[in-house]
Amino acid sequence: MTERMGFFTDTSICIGCKACEVACKEWNGVPAADKNGGGFEFLAQSYDNTGELGADTWRHVAFIEQKGPADRGADGEFRWLMSSDVCKHCTSAACLEVCPTGSLVRTEFGTVVVQEDICNGCGYCIPACPFGVIDQRQGDGRVWKCTMCYDRLRGGLEPACATACPTKSIQYGPLDELRARAAARVGTLQAAGVTEARLYGADPDDGVGGMGAFFLLLDDPEVYRLPPDPVVTTRDLPGMWRSAAAAAATLAVGAAAAFLGRRPRR
Amino acid sequence: MTGAPPVRTYYGRAVLKRPVWKLYVPAYFFTGGIAAGSALLAAGGRLTGDARLARRCLLTSSSAAGVSGVLLVADLGRPARFLNMLRVAKVTSPMSVGTWLLTAFGSAVTAATASELTGVARRTGRTAEAVAAVLAPAMATYTAVLVADTAVPAWHDARHQLPFVFAAGAAASSGALATVLVPDAQAPRRLAVGGAVVELVATEVLQRRLGDVAEAYDRGRARRAKQIAQAATAGGAVLATVGRRHRVPQVAGALLVLVGAAAERLAVFEAGVESAVDPAFTVGPQRHRLASADG
Repeated sequence: MTERMGFFTDTSICIGCKACEVACKEWNGVPAADKNGGGFEFLAQSYDNTGELGADTWRHVAFIEQKGPADRGADGEFRWLMSSDVCKHCTSAACLEVCPTGSLVRTEFGTVVVQEDICNGCGYCIPACPFGVIDQRQGDGRVWKCTMCYDRLRGGLEPACATACPTKSIQYGPLDELRARAAARVGTLQAAGVTEARLYGADPDDGVGGMGAFFLLLDDPEVYRLPPDPVVTTRDLPGMWRSAAAAAATLAVGAAAAFLGRRPRR
Repeated sequence: MTGAPPVRTYYGRAVLKRPVWKLYVPAYFFTGGIAAGSALLAAGGRLTGDARLARRCLLTSSSAAGVSGVLLVADLGRPARFLNMLRVAKVTSPMSVGTWLLTAFGSAVTAATASELTGVARRTGRTAEAVAAVLAPAMATYTAVLVADTAVPAWHDARHQLPFVFAAGAAASSGALATVLVPDAQAPRRLAVGGAVVELVATEVLQRRLGDVAEAYDRGRARRAKQIAQAATAGGAVLATVGRRHRVPQVAGALLVLVGAAAERLAVFEAGVESAVDPAFTVGPQRHRLASADG
C-alpha cells in the first residue's frame, strides 16, 4: 500500500457553488436523478436541491441557514453554513466488513471502493454504514458510492471534486499531512474568535478509527446530517456472537427437554 | 422521543439510509427458524424411536430450507449473481457466515430427506441428519446477529436479546408446525408452548433494555405486527396447553403460535426500519453517550 490518501473538507471556506457535485457526476458518469430527492425536484431546503448522499450523489453540498452563535456578540445575525459531504472512507469501514461477496475492498490508497462487477445487491452495507452514505441504485440493483476517483488517483491526478473546488474547501492529499494542516487551521480560526470551529473525523481513536475524509465544522455534526458519535457496528460483533451462542445452546437444551417425560404414544 | 429534548437535524432528514431489504428477509427469518427447529425435532424423533416424527420433520426442514434459499436470492438486487456469496468466506460478515451455514445445513438436511424417502444410502443419510441437527441452533440464531451487526438502532442496541427472540421463535414455529403435521406427538407441542413463552419474555426484555429506542417498536407497521405477535403467541400457547387432549384446539393453538412467530420477525424488521428513518433514534442516543462520556 502506498501512503494513505484522504480528503479534508474545510467547510468554513465553502461557498456552496456545488462545483464538486457537478465535477463528480461528470467524471464518474453518475446518473443525474437520485431517489433521495436529488435531481430535478425543488426541495425548499435553502439552496440544497440535492438532498443527501446516495447511490447517485457522491458529493453533496448542505446549506444551513441559522442565527450566529450568541457568544460571538453577533446576536441574531444570520449566517449561512455550507458543507460538501462525502463518503468518509473509514479506517474501520462497516460497509466493507459486512460485505459478503468481497465486492467492497480497501485500495492501495487506503480508500474504500465497491467493485461493481462483484456486487450482487445484497444490501447489507446500506444499514451497516453509520453515515447513511452507500445506497442501492434504482433499476440497477447494485450499491454505489464515492471511490475518491480511484481511476484518477491511479493516474496521478487529484479527485474531480477537489480539482474543481474553487476555494480549496476540499483538499486532497496524504492523510497525515491533511490532519496536521486541519489542526493548524482550527487553531487559526479559534484564535480569530471562531470558537465554534471543530474537527470531525480527524481523531484516529473515534468509533470508526478515524475517517479518511474528515471535516472542519462550525456547528454540531448533526446539523450537517452527520452522526455525532458514529461507531463501526462490527466492533461489537464478538459480543453478538457470544449472545447468539448462548441462545443457540438454550434452543438445543430446550429441544432436548421437549422429548423428556412420557414416550410418545405409538 | 419521550422525555428527551428534540435533537438537531438537517431538515429532519434521516442520518441512516433506509434498509433496502424487502419482506423476503423477515420471511426468511421465519422459514429459516422453521427449518432449524424441525431439524432438531427430527433428530429428537430419531433418538426417541418416533420414526414418523423424524420423517415428517425432515421433510418440513428441507422444504423450509429450500424456500429460505429462494427468498434470499429473490431479495438480491442482482439475483443472477447469488453465487458471488460463495466466492469468499468472511468472519466479519454475518451474512457470509450465514450463507455458508445455510449452504451446509441445506445440503445436509436435503441429503438426509432424500435418503429417508428413497431408502438409498441410509447410513450417510443418518449422518447428514445429525450434521443438520448440530448446525440447526446456529441457523436459528445467526440471523439475529445479521441484523444486529448494522448501524440501525433498534437492531444494534438489541444485539444481546435478539438471538433469544429468534431462537425462541424457531422453537415455537417448528414445534407448532409439527404439532399440526404429526398428531399425537407430545414433544412438538411442548417445544411450541415453551418457545412461545420464551419468545414473549425475551421480546419484553428486549423492549425494556432498548430505552428510548424501544419507541420504534410502537410505531406504524412495527406496532401492528408486535400486537399481532403478542396476542397470537400468547393465545396460541394457552389454547395448545388447555386443549392438549383434543385435536381441534391443539391445531388451532399451534396455528396461532405460527402466526405469532411470523409476526414477531416482521415486528423486529419493521422496528429497525422505523428506527433508521427517524434521525432522533440515531442522534439522540449518540448525544446521550457523548454527554455521559464527558461526565
